Amino acid sequence: MGILLFLSSGLFLGWSLGANDAANVFGTAVGTRMVKFRVAAIICSVFIILGAVISGSGAAHTLGRLGAVNTLAGSFTVALAAALTTFWMTRLNMPVSTSQSIVGAIIGWNLYSDSVTDGASLTRIIGTWITCPLLTGVVAVLLFIFARWLIGVTRPHLLRLDWGTRLGLLIAGALGSYSLGANNIANVMGVFVPDNPFTDISLFGLVSFTGTQQLFLLGAIAIAVGVFTYSERVMRTVGGGLVRLSPVPALVVVLAQSITLFLFASERLENLLASHGLPTFPLVPVSSSQAVVGAIVGISLFKGAGLRYRVLGKISLGWLATPILAGVVSFFLLFFVDNVFDQKVNRSVLYSFDGVVAEELFRLDIMDPGLGKFTGGEFTNAVSLKRDLERSTDLAPGQVTRVMELAQVDKWVIDPDVIAQEVDSHWLTRSQMDALRTLSGQEYRHFWRFEQALAALTDEWLPRPRATVNKIWNKSLDKKLEFLERVFQVEENGPRGGN
Amino acid sequence: MPLFKTSRSVEAKIEGFFDTVAEGGLVFRGGVRAYIEGDTPAFDKAIVNIDELEKRADTLSQEVETHLYSHSLIPEHRGDVLGLLENTDDIIDTAKSCLYQFSIERPDIPQEFHKGFLRLAESGYEAVEAVICSGRAFFKDVRAVKDTLYKVHHFEQEADDVGERLKGSIFASDLDLARKIHLRYFVMNVDKVSDQAKGVADRLAIYTIKRMI
Repeated sequence: MGILLFLSSGLFLGWSLGANDAANVFGTAVGTRMVKFRVAAIICSVFIILGAVISGSGAAHTLGRLGAVNTLAGSFTVALAAALTTFWMTRLNMPVSTSQSIVGAIIGWNLYSDSVTDGASLTRIIGTWITCPLLTGVVAVLLFIFARWLIGVTRPHLLRLDWGTRLGLLIAGALGSYSLGANNIANVMGVFVPDNPFTDISLFGLVSFTGTQQLFLLGAIAIAVGVFTYSERVMRTVGGGLVRLSPVPALVVVLAQSITLFLFASERLENLLASHGLPTFPLVPVSSSQAVVGAIVGISLFKGAGLRYRVLGKISLGWLATPILAGVVSFFLLFFVDNVFDQKVNRSVLYSFDGVVAEELFRLDIMDPGLGKFTGGEFTNAVSLKRDLERSTDLAPGQVTRVMELAQVDKWVIDPDVIAQEVDSHWLTRSQMDALRTLSGQEYRHFWRFEQALAALTDEWLPRPRATVNKIWNKSLDKKLEFLERVFQVEENGPRGGN
Repeated sequence: MPLFKTSRSVEAKIEGFFDTVAEGGLVFRGGVRAYIEGDTPAFDKAIVNIDELEKRADTLSQEVETHLYSHSLIPEHRGDVLGLLENTDDIIDTAKSCLYQFSIERPDIPQEFHKGFLRLAESGYEAVEAVICSGRAFFKDVRAVKDTLYKVHHFEQEADDVGERLKGSIFASDLDLARKIHLRYFVMNVDKVSDQAKGVADRLAIYTIKRMI
């Protein structure tokens, strides 16, 4: 199967995302008839495309969540499962979180490929169902009280209030669409970046348009087509299905969603506050789909307006069903693609407890008498290895994960051509880039050995001490290393990603 | 910002509409007074004025309606606003029709009833003025609507009382029955203006509750 066929499931996922998630930014505006669907769809599409191309693909390092899936056929199937789930929910007019259907589909892949599912993903999903709507609901009520007070004080003319609300809805919708494009394009197209069929083009030598930007533009167009062709019904559910909203509360809902996402999910804000010695907001898992519904419910309960509990129940059931359904669909599709089309949907990962690993464990002071039985052994099933480690040793959960990371074996070749073509020199610091170039031609069996080699050359490849101010640096470092792990990994018969 | 311009233009048209109806109330009161006092040139001028004002009010309300629909303005309150304008427009229509009846039928009003008719027209005018204030407040400061709404009811009640008393006096007089019935018909016509204002006030009360939710 060619890359274009694989791309099709990414495009389908993009289409589903557009069809469902556009309701989070323009649902209340369209539902209250403040903005016509056509206008909303045009603005939403334009800003999604701008967000995806400008902010989503600034550098070729955005792999997205699907990056965890280690073959292209696997990514294709996982994206297809997520897209099918989102599409089905959209058909039922239900606002669901596309991210959750992606995470659900990845869990399906984990189960199929005997990979370990990160417990944090599950906690995150459940946390998003509860904390996110609660927080947004409270923020929406506070904002609504403020809006009511402000209108009482300023007493704007009905038409001026209408104009201001409409403008607010359009601006908030445009900005929301921009961030929708910027944040989600990686989930839609990020996984195809290493196998990108597009090449860089330059328009009259003035504007350069990278291959990634072209790929992301394609994904963004798929999202935009989703917005145009299928998002109206979900928009109407969000804007009028739960409760009959009036325009000012409609704007309050959109603002409450943005404020909650900004206050409780922005590490940048946390870092900024911490660096000035100010108290920070606790970071909690939030999702725009859950946030919008939380805000609407919050305002309705505060005003005592007739909330349609049947619709609310249906939406909540949809949230529950999305990751589960995506996981089940993903598992069966993987089985089908693997056995019927004979496509490799996962690459088995080898864990070897060789001498280097033993030395490193000793250096890190991760010692347990139970580890002795693993020494010299090789394992291919991550789930059973994890279970064995937990049974045979008294290691803490974090230590078990670390042991598995250290024991993981693969082949990484620091190919100078890959450095030149795939690594964005603007993304890495000068010292980081120099260190990488120094290691050109080297081969590694354990990725952490490569990490250590980089750190030995410059401190800039070393994580900084755990502190809120260093969070962004460390997260960025993790992303860079994750990217390097992916691009330099080779299979026995060639580079990663081949069929 | 074309939308902002449209909003400002509609806002100005609504203000112009209320000004026109309020002026119509003034012309109505002046016209009745001129007729009672036998000032024919002033009455004829009032007829011409109210005709122009009624046409202007019609044009303005139609323009507002067109703009509200074509630019999808105030979707939540569009129906209420159009209902309000339509009913307010009926006030000036009623006032015009009343003055035209005076002009066509030329009722002979005995001196003893002059004061009653003038008082009736005055109450009608006061009710119109109060309802116009409420109408403006509906757009600018919805909480202030009820501050003037009670005045409409007060003046409408006053007009009803004056009308009843006037009708009683007419039928207690020595006039022949045909004249009595003719005068009663005019009492009812002049009184209709305040009734129309009350109708608008009743609707406004509901629209205001809807706006405040």
